[in-house]
Amino acid sequence: MTTTSAVPPAAPAAGARAGTTGSVRSVRHKWTEHGLLFTAPFLIVYALFLVWPLLYGIKMSLGDDNIAGTESEFVGLDNYAEALTDPNVWSSLWNTLWFTALSTVPLVVLGLVLALLAHELRVVQWLWRLSWFAPFLLPSGVVCLLWLWMIYPSDFGLADLLLGAAGLDPDIGWLSDTRYAMLSIVLTTVWWTVGFNFLLYLAGLQSIPQHLYEAAEIDGAGPWHRLWHITLPSLRRTTFVVLVLQLLASLKIFDQVYIMTGGGPDESTRPILQYVYQAGFTGYRIGYASAVSYVFFALIVVVSLVQLRLSRRASEESDR
Amino acid sequence: MSATAVDGTTVAGAPVPGGAAAPGTGGGRTPRWTRGRIALLALAVLLAVAWLLPLAWAVATSLKPASETTKTTLEWVGSTITFEAYGEVWASGDLARWMVNSAYIAVMTTLLTVTTCAMAAYGFARTEFRGRRVLYGLVLAGIMVPPQVLIAPLFAEMVRLRLVDTYWGVILPQVAVPAMVFILVKFFEGVPRELEEAAFCDGAGRWRVFWQIVLPLSRPVLAAVAIFTFISTWNNFLWPFLVTTDPAGMTLPVGLVNVQSTYGVRYAQVMASLVIAGLPLLVVFAIFQRQIVRGVAHTGLAGQ
Repeated sequence: MTTTSAVPPAAPAAGARAGTTGSVRSVRHKWTEHGLLFTAPFLIVYALFLVWPLLYGIKMSLGDDNIAGTESEFVGLDNYAEALTDPNVWSSLWNTLWFTALSTVPLVVLGLVLALLAHELRVVQWLWRLSWFAPFLLPSGVVCLLWLWMIYPSDFGLADLLLGAAGLDPDIGWLSDTRYAMLSIVLTTVWWTVGFNFLLYLAGLQSIPQHLYEAAEIDGAGPWHRLWHITLPSLRRTTFVVLVLQLLASLKIFDQVYIMTGGGPDESTRPILQYVYQAGFTGYRIGYASAVSYVFFALIVVVSLVQLRLSRRASEESDR
Repeated sequence: MSATAVDGTTVAGAPVPGGAAAPGTGGGRTPRWTRGRIALLALAVLLAVAWLLPLAWAVATSLKPASETTKTTLEWVGSTITFEAYGEVWASGDLARWMVNSAYIAVMTTLLTVTTCAMAAYGFARTEFRGRRVLYGLVLAGIMVPPQVLIAPLFAEMVRLRLVDTYWGVILPQVAVPAMVFILVKFFEGVPRELEEAAFCDGAGRWRVFWQIVLPLSRPVLAAVAIFTFISTWNNFLWPFLVTTDPAGMTLPVGLVNVQSTYGVRYAQVMASLVIAGLPLLVVFAIFQRQIVRGVAHTGLAGQ
């Protein structure tokens, strides 16, 4: 490569400043070149579509904005005061937390079990990946409509046909009974997304050093001993990551409920994001919807901060 | 350190915390079939069948003649196998249009995300400029902001920018993903500086070093980011659902939900539309299984 080719074709602006060549000084100089140019495209999009809406949303939440964009009036903290006393906010927050609690446990535990099975068996890996992970690649619309049509029609849906074939009473109000609607949504979600946790656990399992097992084998440790004393302790970090990702994903539930029950029956499945949607997009009170969003955002931030705290403490302990 | 040290063909070679070996590669010999292993196999097969059942039911129902789809007895195969439902669903033309919309939006979003995030990550990892630390801190803080909490102000912004019902209205808010910058910064920090210094001494400029040395070394991590972005954009529901009202501009997941009421109880057609909508990514998955599994696992783990 010669110095004459130093002018990069991609950036005419770079040529002017990259003119000095040869000395150590100029090598150091090159480390510091163009930093802003590299980061600018991202920062512009980031500022326009993340930072700005985040700040503008605060302004909106302090006004009586409607979706039509007519002049709004400053109302101070009225929207927040209303949100904190609105029973719909509390019930949909509760539904969100209830869904999160119900879905996180089976999604994490089953993800681990499936990964242990696939890892232990070592045969037909493609089959395990296909059956457990492939559903994760389907759009929520496909998954939810498929499950809706499997469980909703009481006379010809697959679920009731199978129950009938097994001699059980097939007349379950899967989505219309307040006792079962949330469970049906959890079931659909587990089928759809457990594959993601399965993959993370599989990756975790494969990074456990083989020599740990070899040593245990020499000591004559049985399979249960290896599971409890080597495999599960080695997966602690993976479990932490899976758990945090799952909590944050479950809190953002919207698609499944919106498509399968519309929040019903009796609003018993309506999550907070759907209430934001109803307040802002069908009720036109976008200022109030922003305030409810920020109440929800506060919850997410608390979860994220607790996670950061815990992971920092964990890494400090492992450094010791 | 030589180039080969970081030029691993797997993401496993990437210097990323938690960057694990490629899942699904197994490794080692298959142990003998003891009774315990056979029991495990039986359990795994049972669970695999349970997971495949809904998919099989969708395909089976879509192939039945319309009159037989609402039978109250459990039948997997109708009196004849017919592709009638597929013909009718496809002939309505909407699915093909939505698929094109989805493909365009997912490809553009992926290209823009990978390009802007890789450039930004390189800027943060390898250059010095005033305010770099503050800006990077600001970007990292953004990891905590879920796009879902911004729907109301973002929509108001889109109304003002006249981007409602446009492709760009769907694409732009999905491009700036701080977690992807974080993953790429971690990777670039592990690329040996000697490689770049050698190129600088040969007279190469910043951009040339980035394009011709750093990016080729980063192919696995870039692929992981691209795969993750493509899948999540292709499947995203909430934002495209809010920002498109015109059926002609809808993405596949949104259009599908929007059109369900018109199918009514034409059960075979409903299932045919779901199979058509689900198929593209499943076919892609069948071809690139390893890369996708690796990309998703890597991005998922490294994002923390």
